[in-house]
Amino acid sequence: MSDIVIHVENLGKRYRIGERERYLALRDILARAASAPARLFRARKPSSPNGDPTHIWALQDVSFEVRQGEVVGIIGRNGAGKTTLLKILARVTYPTKGFAEVRGRLGSLLEVGTGFHPELTGRENVFLSGAILGMSKAEILRKFDEIVAFAEVEKFIDTPVKHYSVGMRMRLAFAVAAHLEPEILLVDEVLSVGDLEFQKKCLGKMGKVAEGGRTILFVSHQMNQIRRLCKRALWIDAGGIRADGPAKLLVNQYEAASLAQGEVSAAQARGSITFGRWQVEASGTNVLDLDQGPDGVVIRIQARVIEPIRKGKYFIHLKDANNNIVWSHLHYDLKLDPGPVTFVQEFASLPLVPGVYTWEVRVNNGHIWSEFMLAPEFSIVSRTDSNVYGHLKGFLNLPFKLRLQAGSADEDLQRMTGLIPPRGRNA
Amino acid sequence: MTNALAEQAVQVEPPVLRIAPPHGWLDIDFKELWAARELLYFFVWRDIKVRYKQTAIGAAWAVIQPFMTMVVFSLFFGKLAKMPSHGLPYPIFYYSALLPWMYFAGALQNATAVVVEQQQVITKVYFPRLVLPLSAVVSGLLDFGISFVVFLGMMAYYRIMPGLAILLFPCFLLLAVATALGVGLWLSALNAIYRDVRYVIPFLVQFWLFASPVAYPSSLVPERWRWLYGLNPMAGVIEGFRWALTGHGQPPNILLAVSTAMVLLLVGGGLAYFHKMEGTIADVV
Repeated sequence: MSDIVIHVENLGKRYRIGERERYLALRDILARAASAPARLFRARKPSSPNGDPTHIWALQDVSFEVRQGEVVGIIGRNGAGKTTLLKILARVTYPTKGFAEVRGRLGSLLEVGTGFHPELTGRENVFLSGAILGMSKAEILRKFDEIVAFAEVEKFIDTPVKHYSVGMRMRLAFAVAAHLEPEILLVDEVLSVGDLEFQKKCLGKMGKVAEGGRTILFVSHQMNQIRRLCKRALWIDAGGIRADGPAKLLVNQYEAASLAQGEVSAAQARGSITFGRWQVEASGTNVLDLDQGPDGVVIRIQARVIEPIRKGKYFIHLKDANNNIVWSHLHYDLKLDPGPVTFVQEFASLPLVPGVYTWEVRVNNGHIWSEFMLAPEFSIVSRTDSNVYGHLKGFLNLPFKLRLQAGSADEDLQRMTGLIPPRGRNA
Repeated sequence: MTNALAEQAVQVEPPVLRIAPPHGWLDIDFKELWAARELLYFFVWRDIKVRYKQTAIGAAWAVIQPFMTMVVFSLFFGKLAKMPSHGLPYPIFYYSALLPWMYFAGALQNATAVVVEQQQVITKVYFPRLVLPLSAVVSGLLDFGISFVVFLGMMAYYRIMPGLAILLFPCFLLLAVATALGVGLWLSALNAIYRDVRYVIPFLVQFWLFASPVAYPSSLVPERWRWLYGLNPMAGVIEGFRWALTGHGQPPNILLAVSTAMVLLLVGGGLAYFHKMEGTIADVV
């Protein structure tokens, strides 16, 4: 018996451009047929793989093998094909060519909360989500208490999840998936959400799963997670495998490469500036620990100016995990000469709820806007966070104290709010 | 000890799953589908749990819809238009036809929408996709059951005893489910690709209602065209229901034969088409 559990050979996946983004209407088919009758038929043939402008290969000629018990990190930029690879292995989508062979029960965790229904209670959703992920009813029943304890939602288990906070929902969803106990587990970026404490717990759980001799394929943009969890890494770039080797080595190479060129897409590369690493000055990383040190926060963003910028605009957004803009700033009259530059941003304080955020930068030079999502993400953490159950909502973490005063401060107010009956009149 | 042995046995021969580009029309993995029966159960259960959440009168809707339609039909088609009714009281005549019709129309709508509604799940997890239209068709049976109880009450009120034909009722119910599934399979796969389908559905259901013997008996259709009329599978289903439940009228022989053949074609074709689209659904939905 060989111990190779995943064997992938010449795997390729082609998408029609725009296919993922929008659905077809009959009108489109008719329009396409009218403009070029032959194309309707040609599009079906998988013969002309390259040079066809209407299709792109999200993945091409990917071959590798994974042995039992290996924990493999998959790294690469956005759009490199990491998720496509996982989706093919998870059988969510078919490959266009090549094949993969998988030995053993496979579980996939491509998203947290798959199949959750907001109207159903936590308990009901555990069963529903468990069944969708491939567990039998008996299995879910057996693990139910463990799942609920892991998610720390015992008190709310019979409340509809629409009343849960994002954090609670995620914890419950991950707990279900974490107890799937497949022989091979595919994980996509799901640990980048949630509070730090829970992330640690999830990582711990995954580590345990790996120690149990199970195989894990793990996509993440958080290089620290890859370093901690994985021995081996696959670096996917432009739909192919760029490197396959020890995780630590590859992560270092990948980080160096990202730093050199910034996380720029092809369209952005034409602009007059590229952005590289950024960091919180106090920690030298992407993590801001609210418990530590003085209030002031300095964010340093490195960039390289390619063409001179005159009368440019610098527009920066801070976005939360749900893509809400939490803060933004527009700076006019940007004047920069070619060469490296650091944008130093000083905040008197950043009173934000712990979580994962991203910086988004736009620079305007003349008529061209260049847009960048800075890597890595921005983690705000706090050990003393009172939001243990994730039931707090909102963005701000304002300095706040609650005082309770005994006795009636204002009788009229209490009367208005009905706490004591109205005086006289119709009584 | 035996446990450990059993585990070892599992370890020795893990199933090898081959993931390759799709091919063929009818290599549906029925074994896998059977293994997913618990998932089907959960989808149906979810549908039923959620259906009447946040409604004021809840499952009463399952009764109100066919009942009010029956009242309107009895008034206009019955009392005013004097439609022949196999000698049945109009309320019974119409309600017995509306039972399968309402089920069919509802199941059709649910089955059409289900793939698109569940796109979040479809694009993230693998399971036999057939479970989705199946669940839509099965979960409609609850509403059917509720409105059926009302029908029993009406039968008692009008003191009508069903004949021996009632024994065939389960067959007609099965035929109704198969019809809904057959059409639902086509429409749900089509709807995933062409969203035009959802605009077509209301028309389709309306036209289909008039093309089916709900408001009138099929005996209005000339004898020699009856077989052609049977190409509408709901014609056989509805006349079958009426006959089996009330014992009035004649067994819809030719109609039923043609309808049954048509249903088999629809389900077979639907399975093949749905299966063909299954591979691309996650990419286009």
